[in-house]
Parts: sequence; C-alpha cells; structure tokens
Amino acid sequence: MSSPARPVAELREVQGPSALGGGARRFFDLLWLISVTEFRRVYFGTVLGYLWSLIRPLMLFGVLLFVFTQVFRVGKEQVEHYAVMLLLGIVLYTFFQEATSSAVTSVVAQEGVVRKTQFPRLVIPLATVVTAAFNLMLNLIVVFVFVLAFGVSPAWTWLLFPVALVFLFIGTAGVSMALSALYVRFRDTAIIWIVVSQVLLYLTPILYPVNAFESSTHARLLEHLLMINPLAVIFTQVRVWILHEPGAPTAVAAAGGWLGLLPAAIIYFGVCFYGVWFFNREAPRIAEAL
Amino acid sequence: MSVDGELTIQPAAPAAPGPEAPAAIRVEDLHKAFRIPTQRVDSLKERAVHPFASREYRELHALDGVSFEIRQGEFFGIVGRNGSGKSTLLKLLASIYRADAGRIQIAGRLAPFIELGVGFNQELTARENVLLNGVMMGLTPKEVRERQDAVIDFAELHDFADLKLKNYSSGMLVRLAFSVMLEADADVLLIDEVLAVGDASFQQKCADAFHQMKIEGKTIVLVTHDMNAVEEYCHRALLLADGKVQFIGDPAEAGREYLKLNFEAGGVSPTGLGGDGSDGARLLECTVVDGSGSEATGVESGEDIRVRTEVELQRETASAVHVGFVVTNADGLGIFEFGELMNPEEQAEPFPAGRRFALTARIENRLTPGRYFIHVGVTSADGISAYAENVATFVVFGGPKTNGIVSPGVEFEVESNGGCS
Repeated sequence: MSSPARPVAELREVQGPSALGGGARRFFDLLWLISVTEFRRVYFGTVLGYLWSLIRPLMLFGVLLFVFTQVFRVGKEQVEHYAVMLLLGIVLYTFFQEATSSAVTSVVAQEGVVRKTQFPRLVIPLATVVTAAFNLMLNLIVVFVFVLAFGVSPAWTWLLFPVALVFLFIGTAGVSMALSALYVRFRDTAIIWIVVSQVLLYLTPILYPVNAFESSTHARLLEHLLMINPLAVIFTQVRVWILHEPGAPTAVAAAGGWLGLLPAAIIYFGVCFYGVWFFNREAPRIAEAL
Repeated sequence: MSVDGELTIQPAAPAAPGPEAPAAIRVEDLHKAFRIPTQRVDSLKERAVHPFASREYRELHALDGVSFEIRQGEFFGIVGRNGSGKSTLLKLLASIYRADAGRIQIAGRLAPFIELGVGFNQELTARENVLLNGVMMGLTPKEVRERQDAVIDFAELHDFADLKLKNYSSGMLVRLAFSVMLEADADVLLIDEVLAVGDASFQQKCADAFHQMKIEGKTIVLVTHDMNAVEEYCHRALLLADGKVQFIGDPAEAGREYLKLNFEAGGVSPTGLGGDGSDGARLLECTVVDGSGSEATGVESGEDIRVRTEVELQRETASAVHVGFVVTNADGLGIFEFGELMNPEEQAEPFPAGRRFALTARIENRLTPGRYFIHVGVTSADGISAYAENVATFVVFGGPKTNGIVSPGVEFEVESNGGCS
C-alpha cells in the first residue's frame, strides 16, 4: 500500500550501555532537565518551599555559633569574623554532604529507569550534584547578605570565589560518581559514608580556623596535616578570599609551600579520576547487578 | 501476505518487505552470560574481613550465538518460553545490557518500550513527565515541547495536564504512557509485552496503533509470548529456546514450534512412543463430547469430561494394545494421564488389520477453569505405536475461581479440644 516513507538509515554499531551513552547533547539535555525538575519539585513543591532548605544550615549555624562563641570561645584574635567564616563553611559543606549522600543511593533508587531504559547512567549521580548546586547558589545569596551585614567589605578577591566553587563542584561530582557505583555492589557504602562525611566535617576548618593551633607546640605540623584534606585547602582559601583578613594563612602558607599541597592535589585528582574511571567501568553492568 | 487471515475490516497492511529491503537490525553471533556468584559478597565489610574469600560463579548462558537480521519496515516477533533468553536479547538490543561477544547493528534511532511508563515520576505533572520521557527517548527538549500538547491530547488528559501523576488513576497513567510511546517517532520500536496491559478498550487502541505503525512501514520488534499477537501482526518471527535460535520465519510456523516446545518442556511425551509419526495404528478421531454424544468445546466445572476416541489398527497383532491419554494445561504442564488395554486374549484370536476400537472415556472433572489439551498415544508390545500431540482441546468453565490446576474434593474432620471452660 504505502512504501516506507523514511529515509534509509545506515546501520550503526551498538555498543551497549555506558556512563555517557547516547551522545553528549542528550546527556546534557537530560542532566539539565532532571536537575531542574528535581530542584523545582523539592523547593517549590512545599508551602514554604525554598525556605526549608535554608533553614537547615541556618539552624546549624545558630547552634554552632552559640556553642563556639559562648561556650568554647574561639579566640577573636585568630578570626575577625568567626560568624561569617562559620556560616560560609557550613553552607559549602552542606552542599558537599547533601550532594554526596543523596548520590550514594541515587543509581539504585532509579532502578526502574536503569533496568528498563536506555539511559546515560552518569546523569543520575550528577543530577543530584547539580540539584544541590542550585540550592547552594540560592543559599550563597543569603550568605552574602550576612557577609555584608557582618561588616566584611567587598574586595577584588571575591572574584576568585567561583574558582573555589568549581573545584568544590568537580570534587563533589567525583566522589558522588564513585560512591553511587560502589553502592550498587556494596550496600554498606551508605552507612560508611555517613560516618566518613561526619569525620570530614571535623577534618575541615569550618568550626575552627586553620590557625587555631597557634598555642600548640606542633602548630605547623597540624596545619600541614590538615592541608592533606583537599576540602580543607578549598575552605582555607575561601576564607582568605572572602574575609581577606590580614592574619589568615593561605592554603599554600598553611601547607608550608606549594609542595605541601601535593598530597591534597593527588587525593583530589585521584578521587576525581577514580570516580570517572570506576563509574565508567561499572556502568555497562549496573543494570545486571541490580 | 501471510498475516491478517481473518476477515476483519482493517486497512491493508503492506506486505512483508522482501529480502532486498535494507537491514534495520543486524545481530551476529551474540553471546551473553550472567555470572551468578554462588556466595554473594555485597558489603565492603565482608570484602574487608574476607579479602581472599573464594569468588565462585555459576555461568548462566542466556544467549548463545544468536544471529538474525530484521529488515526495514518489518514487523518482527521474538518469542520464546520464560528463560529462553528473549528478555536478555531485548535488553541487549536496547543497550541496557552489554554483550559478551558478537555484534549488534541498528539503523536509525531505537526506542525501547520495555514497560509502559518507566521513568515516570509520581511527583511531577503530566506535562513535566512527557518532557522528561521524551528527552530520555532521545528527542531534544525543543522537539518535545512542540509535541507536548499533541501527546496530552491523544491521551485525553487535557484537563489534567498540570496534575501530579500521583493523583492519576491507573487508566490515565497507562493512556499517558502509551501516548508518549507513540510520539517517540523512532525508526525502530522495541516493544515488550505492552499489549498485555489495560482494559479491553485500551487493548483495542493498542491494536489500532500497531496496525497504524505497520501501515507507516516502521520497523517494529515485538517481544512476547502471546502467539496470537505474533500471528496477527508480525511478518516474521524468531523463536528462541535455551539462548539459541530455534526457528526463524513464518509466524504461524513459529507459533506451532513454540507450542511444541511448550509440550515437550511439560514432560508430557507419552512413554513407549519412540520416534515420530505412527507405526501400525492410526488415530481416526479424538473429540471431547457432551452427555448426548455431540462434539463440545467446553465442559462446565464439576461436569464429567467425555473423550471419544477411535483408533484403527493397520496390521495384525497378537499382543495387547494400549490407548493412553495425557491431559496438559495451556502452559504444557502435564496434569494427569489415563489409558485402557485392548486385549486380543479375550476373543482368543489376534486382532486383524483394519480392526477399529472406539472408546469413550468419562473422567471426573476436578480441573479448575482454563484451557486444556489432550494428547493420545497407541502402543503394543510388538511395536505398534501411534502418537498424536495436541489432538483435542477443551475449556473448563464456570465454578468458583480458585488457585491451582485441580480442585479435589476435600472432607474435613475437625476435632477441637483443650482450653478452659
């Protein structure tokens, strides 16, 4: 009756599922779409909407501010704007924790999609990171209102802040990829990660400034050790750039020179490459392992 | 044209594309095995505690050297019993699994429909879900936005477009999912059992949609174990058994092969019937009859089943002739067997050639409602053997719907004692 109206298509090799499968265009379309809809769902779906996501870090901030200024009395001599440093640190760390902890179970939670559709698998953990990043952007607006309200004056170094954010984002994405792929195989990854991320919170200068050990005899050593943690490097540098206090050591200074940052750099890039490599290796088999 | 045998009023579907048509899917020597660990280690703790614990696997070959080619514009059926590897093949074609060896080549964009409404998010509105699903199927967000209204209109959900899916009825969900699927506009559609969902009117809509696609000359791969659907729609069919291609070609032929496989797997081959065909005896008739002796297609639940059979001997025999029956259900599972001996000693002389036996069996009906098949075998000690598979079928109807395949009479004896008064 009617001959096939479609143009004759060329045969192409099918490679099977992969982390990026289906072309970069589709990958980014999906990543963007899923992140935006998820963000809208969470923050515009409830009555108070976005406020809820702000209340959590603010509450934590309030409690910690009280504890560390009224109970433990972190020295004013080390940080001029302790409250600002604390708030900034908490908001940034909340992003890291929120993104990674929801990424851990993400691939398994999307089981239906993974097992029944052709879907670039990497979109799933990355979408949780992007959604958390949207949230971070909104929170940062509030943070900067506080920053100005606490009397920190704007400086040109603020322009460097996005560099720190990019490093934080990429690192978070790397960790998220590795965790989500690990969780498919090992279900205790989620529990282990809760503990590890708690520990990381204390190994990052958020509650205390990096130069808090001044009184200790091993002050330099402790600072160097702290700088092994890539998050500590990022947070230290953010403090320098945003608060621009004269006494605050830069990450390089705290690490005792550029060479001292080498372990952190190795860990940072190692985690990122491992995340990409491991996820990519596991991606074709995820549907079978579920 | 080998399909659409019945006289239904449907637009004529194009004839099957000939062998000269370009290939839409080419599969060469495909292998896929699953490793099933005998002892699963699924926590990091266990891995840390027993780092050298043996990791033994049992290999399960789901697909073992499968090759075939589907031409453009062809409606192709893939059938097989559960566990034959058809789902694995589907998932390999859909890029959900990765093949161990072999090649798959596909021309154009492929849209898999392994289940209706996969990836629907209950928390999002119909509009958002249509967008998300469209992009998942490979359209650009712009293309989806252009079609969004058409999709929602087709699903007759215009008034509910901005309602969250969690507030949808299941019927609305199915309509939306099907509508999204039709809109995908892929070159190759991969469909798994979606015909089996929904009510009668929805099934009709599916049927219409499939006929439409067939007319449009799309390449469609249907994976199912519903042989009726295969015979109705498909130009060609592939029968998989134990991960190998058992048959490829005419759907009706594939259907027969499939039923045969089912019966064999049910273990109902009557014993003592070596070889195929018949030797020394011929089955003239085997019908299910009602109380008055006329042919029946159904037996009411609780009413006796009557089977009338006529057998003709084609050579003389001095030994007893056994006529045996096996009854299986629609899945090919053997349920019971019965038989009768025809003994020449009773008349003190051998049975001559041409002797006929007509026997009517009356069976107490303990079967639950459903379709059943009868298989007949005729044997004797001196080598007569005739074997006819699937010679009669009947439906048991009425009666309460129960689990299982038989409902034997049960008498209870209840004793109650103990407790305090």
